[in-house]
Amino acid sequence: MRELVILSGKGGTGKTSITAAFASLAENRVFCDADVDAADLHLILKPDFKFSSEFKGGNEAVIKPDECTQCGRCLEVCRFDAVKFDADTNTFEVDTIECEGCGVCVDLCPEQAIDFPEVVCGQWYISETRLGPMVHARLGIAQENSGKLVALVRQEARKIAKDKNLDLILTDGPPGIGCPVIASIGQATALLIIAEPTVSGIHDMERVGQLSRHFNIPAMVCINKYDLNPDQTKKIETLARESDIAVVGKISFDQTFTESMIQAKTIFEYNEDSQASIEVRQVWDNILSRPEFKNPVTNNIMQHL
Amino acid sequence: MIISIASGKGGTGKTTISTNLALSIDQEVQLLDCDVEEPNSHLFINPVIDKKEQVIAPVPKIDLEKCTFCKKCMDICRYGAIAVLKKDVLTFENLCHSCGGCFEVCPENAVIEKERSLGEIEHGTARGISFIHGRLEVGQVMAPPIIKKVRSYTDPNRVTIIDAPPGTSCPVIAAMNNADFILLVTEPTPFGLHDLKLAVETVRILDIPHGLVINRAGLGNDDVKHYAQKEHLPILMEIPFDKKIARIYSKGQMVVDKLPEYKVKFQDLFRKIEQLVEKGGQNK
Repeated sequence: MRELVILSGKGGTGKTSITAAFASLAENRVFCDADVDAADLHLILKPDFKFSSEFKGGNEAVIKPDECTQCGRCLEVCRFDAVKFDADTNTFEVDTIECEGCGVCVDLCPEQAIDFPEVVCGQWYISETRLGPMVHARLGIAQENSGKLVALVRQEARKIAKDKNLDLILTDGPPGIGCPVIASIGQATALLIIAEPTVSGIHDMERVGQLSRHFNIPAMVCINKYDLNPDQTKKIETLARESDIAVVGKISFDQTFTESMIQAKTIFEYNEDSQASIEVRQVWDNILSRPEFKNPVTNNIMQHL
Repeated sequence: MIISIASGKGGTGKTTISTNLALSIDQEVQLLDCDVEEPNSHLFINPVIDKKEQVIAPVPKIDLEKCTFCKKCMDICRYGAIAVLKKDVLTFENLCHSCGGCFEVCPENAVIEKERSLGEIEHGTARGISFIHGRLEVGQVMAPPIIKKVRSYTDPNRVTIIDAPPGTSCPVIAAMNNADFILLVTEPTPFGLHDLKLAVETVRILDIPHGLVINRAGLGNDDVKHYAQKEHLPILMEIPFDKKIARIYSKGQMVVDKLPEYKVKFQDLFRKIEQLVEKGGQNK
């Protein structure tokens, strides 16, 4: 079983549009939307929800006013400045937005006056789409633990792939390089970095490249909107060569992506003869023939743990 | 006044708005780039950096001479970052949230606070703007402490502009919380609209006055405008979809330098924000 994770570092370079386009080309696959913060893949794949479950990602401290003796121990031990003291009413309260859910105040309160209820941090779903099964999620607004939810949707996608004998997981990743991104790449076969030829696109692509080396997961680069700035496109190609990352293709700045998105279609369903469609097909063929994807090495010790 | 520029969806133009707004205002300005996973503002305003500092967070180190293997540190850790064995204690830095529980609970003072670097912060100036940004170290997961550290340098005597990260989870909250105004940037596409709705929900939870900039207007459809009308979300500025602007951006240039007519538009945007902040203050 192989998993291709589509990343970019910088947001808005075309991760989801390109993942959706691959959905039209790939065979024997399950889709996984690992951008649980601002998931968009469902807007094109229009999933039919088959299963939905709450994601309980953590706990939240709640001070019981009747049992609190205002000793201030919670305020003292909280390293996230989540405990607030109101001098007017002489009460202590936990700011749920700041609370990290570490439970240190709960354990150390001498009066056991702090509750620690589990919090529903989001929902996750298993769906059918016209192009195949899909696992996706929605993190609750302003909730924590997006990394845990990402790990969960990927694990469920893996289960479906196993059960249905599908040999490919296509994962739409989140932007950035932090917690949710790290959760979305462990055990992946390869990463596809969607880069755009802008100074920020290059800067952010380099950071994702460093991340892939840090975790020893092979990466490939696809340049989107390459004709926007040919000089920057050349720069990306040079940088990729220097870091031993294959450039698997270039895609034009083509409004077909926006037009098909409005119709909730992949670019192939909308217009398979468009410039972008021809180029994406080439990118997909190149990915399939890359050795790091065709003959994946079990390069990740996590798989043996 | 603190203005946080946010979006939900990435790549809608937060950095473009943040940097060009910062350069257009006729007041003392401070620009804080709080997208610490992928900071980009510096690529456009080219600050001269005069100070760097590390952001550190403690992780446990066990003094095995003192440790009695009582397991209290393991029991209080909700992140599975400590495993107490018969004659050894394993710690996993990557899982540690630096909550300090293990240090507090150890009866033998056997848990020592070891420093780990989460990232760095750089201070500088660019064209009269005071500039600070944070950068998460590659491989680290905790962005919020770096964002909070950057924001701890907020100068109350200046207009503070925060370039926020995309999304709606903890790093975004850290970059928006306690701002006086949140400027949401979107593009008029289905993805832009969907993620704008999430961003609006987030802003409403925080209860902060807000308004909208539509970037790449003319691309896509009118659904964002209809949504804004329905939700009484003021549209404060529209930037047309123009490959000329995309090219200016791609080179790391400033829109207000290459298309000077935009300076007035950004000044106008700032005036509208000031008015809304005043009004929002009265309502409360």
